[in-house]
Amino acid sequence: MTKKKTQKRPEEGTLLSGTELLIQALVDAGVDTVFGYPGGTVIGIYDALFDHPEIRHILVRHEQGATHAADGYARSTGRTGVVLVTSGPGATNTVTGIATAFMDSVPLVVITGQVPSAMIGNDAFQEADIIGITRPITKHSYLVKDVRQLGQIVNEAFHIAATGKPGPVLIDLPKDIQLEKAPYQKPGPVSIRGYNPTYKGHSQQIIKAARMIDQAQKPLIYAGGGVNSEPAAVSLTELAVKARIPVTTTLMGLGSFPESNPLSLGMLGMHGTWYANKAVTESDLIIAVGARFDDRVTGKLSAFARGAKIIHIDIDPASIAKNVPAHIPIVGHAAEILPELTLAVGRPYTQGWLEQIQKWKQEHPLQYDKDCCRIPPPFVIQKVAEVTDHRAVIVADVGQNQMFAAQWYGYEEARTHLSSGGLGTMGYGFPAAIGAKLGNPDKTVVCVVGDGGFQMNVQELATAMKYGVPVKIVLLNNGFLGMVRQWQHLFFKKRYSQTILSDANPDFVRLAESYGAIGYRVEKKDDVLPVLRKSLEVEDRPVLMEFIIEPESQVFPMVPAGAALNEMIETNPEPTA
Amino acid sequence: MRHTLSVLFENSFNAIPRIAGLFSGRGYNITSISFGQGEDPEVTRATITTDGDERIIEQIAKQLNKLVDVVKVIDLTYEPFVERELALVKVQATPSTRAEIMQITDIFRAKIIDVSGKTVTIEITGKSDKIDAAIGMLEAFGIREIARTGAVALKREFKK
Ligand SMILES: Cc1ncc(C[n+]2csc(CCOP(=O)(O)OP(=O)(O)O)c2C)c(N)n1
Repeated sequence: MTKKKTQKRPEEGTLLSGTELLIQALVDAGVDTVFGYPGGTVIGIYDALFDHPEIRHILVRHEQGATHAADGYARSTGRTGVVLVTSGPGATNTVTGIATAFMDSVPLVVITGQVPSAMIGNDAFQEADIIGITRPITKHSYLVKDVRQLGQIVNEAFHIAATGKPGPVLIDLPKDIQLEKAPYQKPGPVSIRGYNPTYKGHSQQIIKAARMIDQAQKPLIYAGGGVNSEPAAVSLTELAVKARIPVTTTLMGLGSFPESNPLSLGMLGMHGTWYANKAVTESDLIIAVGARFDDRVTGKLSAFARGAKIIHIDIDPASIAKNVPAHIPIVGHAAEILPELTLAVGRPYTQGWLEQIQKWKQEHPLQYDKDCCRIPPPFVIQKVAEVTDHRAVIVADVGQNQMFAAQWYGYEEARTHLSSGGLGTMGYGFPAAIGAKLGNPDKTVVCVVGDGGFQMNVQELATAMKYGVPVKIVLLNNGFLGMVRQWQHLFFKKRYSQTILSDANPDFVRLAESYGAIGYRVEKKDDVLPVLRKSLEVEDRPVLMEFIIEPESQVFPMVPAGAALNEMIETNPEPTA
Repeated sequence: MRHTLSVLFENSFNAIPRIAGLFSGRGYNITSISFGQGEDPEVTRATITTDGDERIIEQIAKQLNKLVDVVKVIDLTYEPFVERELALVKVQATPSTRAEIMQITDIFRAKIIDVSGKTVTIEITGKSDKIDAAIGMLEAFGIREIARTGAVALKREFKK
């Protein structure tokens, strides 16, 4: 059956069914892509969608894949990701994706079908209290009780998801409401009494911060996910360059400051660079922007930046001084505050500090064993950077692969590094990469993933094939749950309890091929670059490149859990090779 | 330490669980909570008392402020405020003890609001410690049942 032509926006007052009102509200919100999966309570919405080719629906193979794909779409484009699923199991399958987005402040609108209003609470077929289940992991949620409110609810949901500290918003839509009719109304301005996020920073606080920066001798900018978008990232660079302040970023902040800039210290924290962690420990002023002093970043709190004053800029008042007290808190959006701060700062005398840092960089660079028997994973990431000129969107999964991708790529632009930082969700990377590619058809999108995490959402190969999404999958196969194995190696006497995957892994190349995708296996270092190049030529389908890496390769430096940032294990204490 | 929070919010079906969830999600107990319409018909006022570590309560207050439904959060703990709680206490009473119970009731400016052959029910209002004290005195007679509302509170005003 062919689809009808795009419908025109209905006139105000036209009577429409709930399903029509929903679709129209999505169109009004500027939605072009919806990730979803049909079922009993949303079948009517899917029927309405049939007449709306202006909304591209991506049929995933698992609802978790839909939420991660919408998340990847949102993180990489800055537009809100949209998910549509059925009630009960469809809704509960989105939970991990919603939690992932919540932890990393990603704007999503998740629409779940619900059993008819009269049956709610009756343990009806495929009923789940998804509002209750997702309460702690959504920014807000709605149960639609009256079809006349539907349009406004969708309008509000998009507003709440994308403004302030962004986050997922869930709309639970009972089946009976979908069938009822109400007059269509164009979306109006949103005004919610209790919701007025602060964007502009307090001017006097900004002046105070500038004076504090002027007096610092060892200042350091610590940038997080709150700066990882334009124009905040540009403003960050302007501040750092004007005042000559070195910058370290969190995992979420990678891309907000070009790593090719000599002021860049790369990532800090558990697997951060030696010099970034050293600089934090030694600095006398930390300017935290859009970051929340997460425990993976600070290490042992009592030893964190003991000699430093702290300026903390964040859009979320609840994030300020939560873990580390702030001398100057400034609530607002980095994109508003940083330009003001840049205007107000002078040039602190940082020459000695910068020289010291250069020395640390030379003495303690990131390093890996280049002669290790098989393919060193950092080498693969470096070659990915080489063939994509540091400009691809890199979507990491979780584990060692994630840390290799964070340490070795060299990010230059905002929104080019996607990673489940807060929740650390294995299985995130591949579907998120599909979403990122659908949102950025002109960019190269590379998914870096382990053999464990890839199998958590491998079914999305079908989705990528169906829509011809040419993501490049860099599968670092160590035959282990590598990151857990590394902890067992270092802290549990190499007792590899339940971390061996190699004995039952599939043939990944043939697995990819069975979906119609392209698969390559790379076992020699010399083949890494040619295969990567070949993969870039494929434009109509995913390419899975399986790199057989050293099974016991490890990620260093490493700050053991609970240790102070300067108590890093810098390299492998007992090389395996 | 005991904290008293006054929370103004737009009462949707999901607002109260969201508010309560911020406490339970941190393993914190709400000692008492009471709701009711405030001066604005669209806004409900909750008075929440809780025991807990300073920093955690401050964090909860900030998180409450972040909730879309919440219009305003006031931590009354460090402000002068007036506070009242209502308790209904059903006490065993015999003709011989009734007079004594009435005397205690008077001392606490409480009221007897129901009487049966074997019991009297007393309405006590005041701060929680006054109610505790009254209940303490009544215990000797044998308490059948107690229902307490939890505190409601407002900031004290000094301006003339
Ligand atoms: C859903 C989920 N389950 C478990 C974990 C715990 N975990 C963290 S890293 C890791 C190992 C990942 O192994 P693999 O995907 O092969 O990647 P590698 O570390 O080898 O690169 C595990 C199990 C997690 N982060 N997410």
